[in-house]
Amino acid sequence: MKERKKLTFWETVKRQWSLVVGLKVTGKNYIKPQITTHYPRQTVDNISTFKGHVQLVGKPKQPDVAKCICCMLCVTSCPSSCIKVVKMKPPKEDPIPEAAAPKDMPDAAQPAKQAPPKAKAPKTPVKWTLDFNLCSLCGTCVEVCPVKSIEYSNDSYLAGYSRKDFEYDLLADLKERAAKMPAPAPKKAPKAVEKETAEQAEA
Amino acid sequence: MNELSKALGGIPVELLHIAIGLVGLAAFVGLNAVLLVWMERKVAGHFQRRPGPFEVGPHGLLQTVADAVKLIAKQLFMPKGADRILFWAAPFLAFLPVFVTLLPIPWGDVIVAHEVNLGILLILAFAGLGVLSLCLAGWSSNNKWSLLGAARAVAQSVAYEIPMLLSLLAVVMMTGTMNLSTIVESQGSWPWLWLGAMQPFAFLIYFICALAETNRAPFDLPEAESELTAGFHTEYSGMGFGLFFLAEYANMIVVSGVATALFLGGWKGPVMDGPWWFLIKVYALIFAMMWFRWTYPRVRFDQLLNIAWKWLIPLAIINLLATAVYIKVIGLNLPMM
Ligand code: SF4
Ligand code: SF4
Repeated sequence: MKERKKLTFWETVKRQWSLVVGLKVTGKNYIKPQITTHYPRQTVDNISTFKGHVQLVGKPKQPDVAKCICCMLCVTSCPSSCIKVVKMKPPKEDPIPEAAAPKDMPDAAQPAKQAPPKAKAPKTPVKWTLDFNLCSLCGTCVEVCPVKSIEYSNDSYLAGYSRKDFEYDLLADLKERAAKMPAPAPKKAPKAVEKETAEQAEA
Repeated sequence: MNELSKALGGIPVELLHIAIGLVGLAAFVGLNAVLLVWMERKVAGHFQRRPGPFEVGPHGLLQTVADAVKLIAKQLFMPKGADRILFWAAPFLAFLPVFVTLLPIPWGDVIVAHEVNLGILLILAFAGLGVLSLCLAGWSSNNKWSLLGAARAVAQSVAYEIPMLLSLLAVVMMTGTMNLSTIVESQGSWPWLWLGAMQPFAFLIYFICALAETNRAPFDLPEAESELTAGFHTEYSGMGFGLFFLAEYANMIVVSGVATALFLGGWKGPVMDGPWWFLIKVYALIFAMMWFRWTYPRVRFDQLLNIAWKWLIPLAIINLLATAVYIKVIGLNLPMM
């Protein structure tokens, strides 16, 4: 045990004042107004500072289409393996020439000719799901995305009856959000900025 | 008196008085527990700047009633290997002495359940039983936390009983009586005529010991939920726990009532004397206890003994001696005697 400094009688008596100081501190807080929000009747007004589960960001001009380029960085870097991204299949023009090709051309020539159109395969995801049951909200996916297609949502009111309720189809979620906003892309960004600046000013 | 006794079919009037008093006290203890638990949680909430119970009834007033119903409806469990008789005797032993200690408390001029000439002695004697109940509860539970709680309860009683007695003795010396009503009579209506103004040290020592006696923070060693889960009542469920709870809150009333009667002028107060002053003072003291609870951290075992033996007992003895010298040499005239 650490050796404590021996206090003289008067020092000990004087230090009792700290008891009164403590009472003052708690007493002041007793009188101050409460800082709790009575949830169902009131809601907080700074929900934009809440970082909930991740969600997709739409393209500025097409808010219902995700910016995602299917690089799969988020899928591979997620420590909990809760993201699944499925890339859109190459366009359907492929099979038609393929079906037609063998008739007139020799087999050896085909692969070389058909390679260029395959490279042009679209980089949009057809499926982008998040299993929020596993997500630890570590933020790695948000940081790693090269096109900033992932952000935190403000969705704090989560409740569900089973695990299935927390397996999110984020593409559908993006479409839903886009449909709700009348002029989403140009409006959303400035609004967020406005809020942030307002909060900064407050702070 | 005899006429009245005859009219009542031979029942002694005094017996009737006590019976009515006990019924009244039982009702008060129940009501008080409901109120104090609500108050405790509200006060705790406000100290942490949150509302406390809010949903059941206006401002959560009925929350305690709901909790009480839950407690009553719960199954009573006894741990394996526990001592059946002692285990179930303990909560009653905690709860029943409280009624005896409430008997001599003067709520108002004539509102006393039973005038006892040795009122203070009676209260101190039966308050001592509380420790026995904690000890038995902890011992019979067959649980290490409970046993530790019981050991602490005993150590605690060793610490606070003596300074408490000494501090009360100073008041008894001044007034020359142990009857609580007479002590109240000897004080005036205004704060500077109360005995607390003449005996501030005795009041301070008594109040600190009272906190220990009721197992309130910062001296809640026997239950210490952060280290001993719930200490001596870890294994109690339902009303077994409920009785300990009732006893704790009734005990708060007793110690605050004694403090009010002895040091704060009892039912006497500025402008208009009456039982309301008694209640106001008692609840103010209880509020102070709650305030302490949310301000001070729990003391350690050895710290409590240090406070009690190195500081409170010497201080109480010096106070007692000074009082004795003052009375003998200078002489004393109490405001109302
Ligand atoms: S926040 Fe972390 S755990 Fe959650 S999806 Fe992104 S990378 Fe995975
Ligand atoms: S890191 Fe970004 S671009 Fe790459 S797959 Fe994930 S969301 Fe799409």
